[in-house]
Amino acid sequence: MARIESPAALEEYRQKLIEAQRKYTTTITICGGTGCRAHNCTAIHEETRRVLEKTGLSETVELRFTGCHGFCEMGPLMIIKPQGIFYTHLKPEDVEDIVEKTVVEGKIIPELTYKDPVAGISYHYEQEVPFYNKQVRLLLGMNENIDPCSIDDYIAQGGYSALAKALFTMEPEEIISEVEKAKLRGRGGAGFPTAEKWKAARRAISRDGIKYVLCNADEGDPGAYMDRSLLEGNPHAVLEGMTIGAYAIGACEGYVYVRHEYPLAVINLYTALDQARELGLLGKNILGSGFDFDVHVSIGGGAFVCGESTALMASIEGRIGEPRVKHIHTAVRGLYDRPTNLNNVETWANVPIIINRGAEEYAKLGTERSKGTKIFSLVGKIRNTGLVEVPMGITLREIIYDIGGGIPDGRKFKAVQTGGPSGGCIPEELLDTPVDFDSLYDVGSMMGSGGMIVMDENTCMVDIARYFVDFLCGESCGKCVPCREGLKQMLYILEDITEGRGTMEQLDILQELAEVMRDTSLCGLGQTAANPVLSTLRYFGDEYREHIQEGRCRAGVCKPLITFSIEPEKCTGCMRCRKSCPVGAISGKKKEAHVIDPEKCEKCGICLEVCEYQAVVRK
Amino acid sequence: MVRLVIDGQSVEAEESWTILEAARYYGIEIPTLCYMEGLSPYSACRLCIVEIIRGGRSRLSASCSYPVQEGIEVRTNSERVRRARKVIIELLLASCPNSRTLQCLASKYGVTRIRFRAEDRGCILCGLCVRMCKEQMQAGAIGFADRGTGREVAMPFHTRSEVCRECGACLYVCPVCELPCPGPLQPGQLCNSCLDTVQLEAFPSRE
Ligand SMILES: Cc1cc2nc3c(=O)[nH]c(=O)nc-3n(C[C@H](O)[C@H](O)[C@H](O)COP(=O)(O)O)c2cc1C
Ligand code: SF4
Ligand code: SF4
Ligand code: FES
Repeated sequence: MARIESPAALEEYRQKLIEAQRKYTTTITICGGTGCRAHNCTAIHEETRRVLEKTGLSETVELRFTGCHGFCEMGPLMIIKPQGIFYTHLKPEDVEDIVEKTVVEGKIIPELTYKDPVAGISYHYEQEVPFYNKQVRLLLGMNENIDPCSIDDYIAQGGYSALAKALFTMEPEEIISEVEKAKLRGRGGAGFPTAEKWKAARRAISRDGIKYVLCNADEGDPGAYMDRSLLEGNPHAVLEGMTIGAYAIGACEGYVYVRHEYPLAVINLYTALDQARELGLLGKNILGSGFDFDVHVSIGGGAFVCGESTALMASIEGRIGEPRVKHIHTAVRGLYDRPTNLNNVETWANVPIIINRGAEEYAKLGTERSKGTKIFSLVGKIRNTGLVEVPMGITLREIIYDIGGGIPDGRKFKAVQTGGPSGGCIPEELLDTPVDFDSLYDVGSMMGSGGMIVMDENTCMVDIARYFVDFLCGESCGKCVPCREGLKQMLYILEDITEGRGTMEQLDILQELAEVMRDTSLCGLGQTAANPVLSTLRYFGDEYREHIQEGRCRAGVCKPLITFSIEPEKCTGCMRCRKSCPVGAISGKKKEAHVIDPEKCEKCGICLEVCEYQAVVRK
Repeated sequence: MVRLVIDGQSVEAEESWTILEAARYYGIEIPTLCYMEGLSPYSACRLCIVEIIRGGRSRLSASCSYPVQEGIEVRTNSERVRRARKVIIELLLASCPNSRTLQCLASKYGVTRIRFRAEDRGCILCGLCVRMCKEQMQAGAIGFADRGTGREVAMPFHTRSEVCRECGACLYVCPVCELPCPGPLQPGQLCNSCLDTVQLEAFPSRE
């Protein structure tokens, strides 16, 4: 492939690609995202290719294997365009049928379409499905039109036009002011205004002229996979954003820091880098503009703390990934002591959109102080697990009930956790809180990088706090005292409470410890580590008190606090429970009431499940 | 020269100084554990925290690495600092209950009980030995291993390092591997014998 030497040549190249795609009357898109891969979508892709070749349709039907479409719960997914016919839960056996009936004859196969489990309505087209129609898929929407290993797909969709516009029609300052007007805020957690960081890095003086831009793809939050899906599904959008940012700041080198647990993201990234270099969209003299910039990939070990800016830079330099004090900002002295700008994957992916659409158009989306969209990974006790991209300002309720389909199995909602391990748990009364940086902070949580875990009434909030503190005990780097020792003592106290040894004084100690950790820890991990404890104390204090004063766990999660017993009036003496108990804790004669020996009972709850007469009770 | 206010006094400091250096120059005491002159600041023990007021916003920060800045106000002994410092000493004592250095700090700063579960780990991970070995002895025989609550000071792969010359500098700087406090104490108990002789609260900072 020849290098593209000017914006005009890029346009010409794009027109040729669009022309070449005209021969296709239909496009079959198969989701190759993380969730669908777990359900063997690769076999479906293979099978579709085979069937198309066998039937001689390959010339008119385009087959595309793409990044994540978001509706992971329903995977493997297929969309047939231009109509947008949407098939779910596919098996390789379905493919012949689809090609024959839908592709050739244009008929919809009702059994494969999406059926809303609550309303019972079937939807034939992607755009009608409730999961999608409240979303604004500014970034993720591109995933389904692009094969991540094909730069041509990206260019055909308008890719790299923002870069051409930035390099040839805008001064660096203009780019920064456009980002400023768009009020773009960092998607990596804190929501820091991106333009402010860029300005500081642009202003900073480097002793040898070298400055860096970095992309944070460490994504250590349990259950989160937004950044992964962007990098896997549309790596060029991130690279284009970084190149525009580098030009605005005056950087000549970039790094993408990605965890080794994301092998597909790494492979797609390397492929994208090679392709971009080959076309002259990266490297020396980009698009003939005279601007040089290249990107390296740095693969991290996957420690949560390595997502912190100074730890990340230490890790790229090959040192232990632990934070250091930032009294001198990394914009002035960062990677290899040079001025450095770090942004999150999603932040970078927003940049080409802002440049293309213009700040004014972009800023129409969202709230006054939080613009654009945010991607969340919606997980936990929720019907529609998946990746959702919503406009800022949408309420939690809309995300959970309208997009997420609510809580399954007729259970009651209890809390939603946002912001990852350092976020907070938000109760039902606050479900109408708008999702933006400031409102989430005000209710004691934070946007974080986009984890959203829904919990139902069977979740114990003290146990949840214990879980996150336990996670952080292993993920803290262990350098500073309040975080390392504070987390450990916090865990001990929470263990005491969940195991029935807690005291009311410990609640005050927890509160005091939490405040000191927030005030005195060295880095953001320790400063926010107490959030799950603080927010559950604030909204679910009753549950803590019940554990301590009444020895009761209302969710029935904390084993030392629950007992199983059999109500003699209801027991028919059917002996089912007695036969099922793995530890032989149940005794009783046939047709007589049975009893559970509390000494032997392991509290596994099997008896409760097998009893057909609801005679077993958990208290 | 940079002008700033420390505990109500207006002072001048060299631009290259940290807040800790400036405070010490003017005879204002700030307790430290992981700091030592001649070694690079590490800012891990957080004992040297002070309240820094800048542009109307107040926050706690480690003074041992914070560079002096024009116009800031520093409080080394405000209510917020005292409270946080006490919790930090309490946390440290829970991990090394028999350290004499820590026992003395407890008395000096008014820590009269340990509300946490005490477990003697014999090290507070201040990293003085690691930096001493690397920066002054030019050996680099010891370092940190593992992370989180499992972090420890160790030789690479837990085998005796060939670069160690057994100079003993690490032992010399360690604040906790010393003879334990001589009082008749059970682990986890506080000595507090000299508690009444120093009454820090009697000298509140001029705020
Ligand atoms: C403990 C810790 C973990 C973090 N992990 C991540 C992460 O996985 N991904 C990320 O983008 N930012 C993470 N951050 C935030 C980064 O430090 C940094 O603020 C961010 O990458 C800046 O990009 P942004 O301005 O685009 O948000 C983490 C911060 C802390 C304190
Ligand atoms: S706050 Fe935690 S993660 Fe951050 S430096 Fe301290 S010990 Fe390490
Ligand atoms: S051994 Fe002593 S000097 Fe070394 S880190 Fe531990 S407490 Fe500090
Ligand atoms: S002396 Fe400053 S943090 Fe330890």
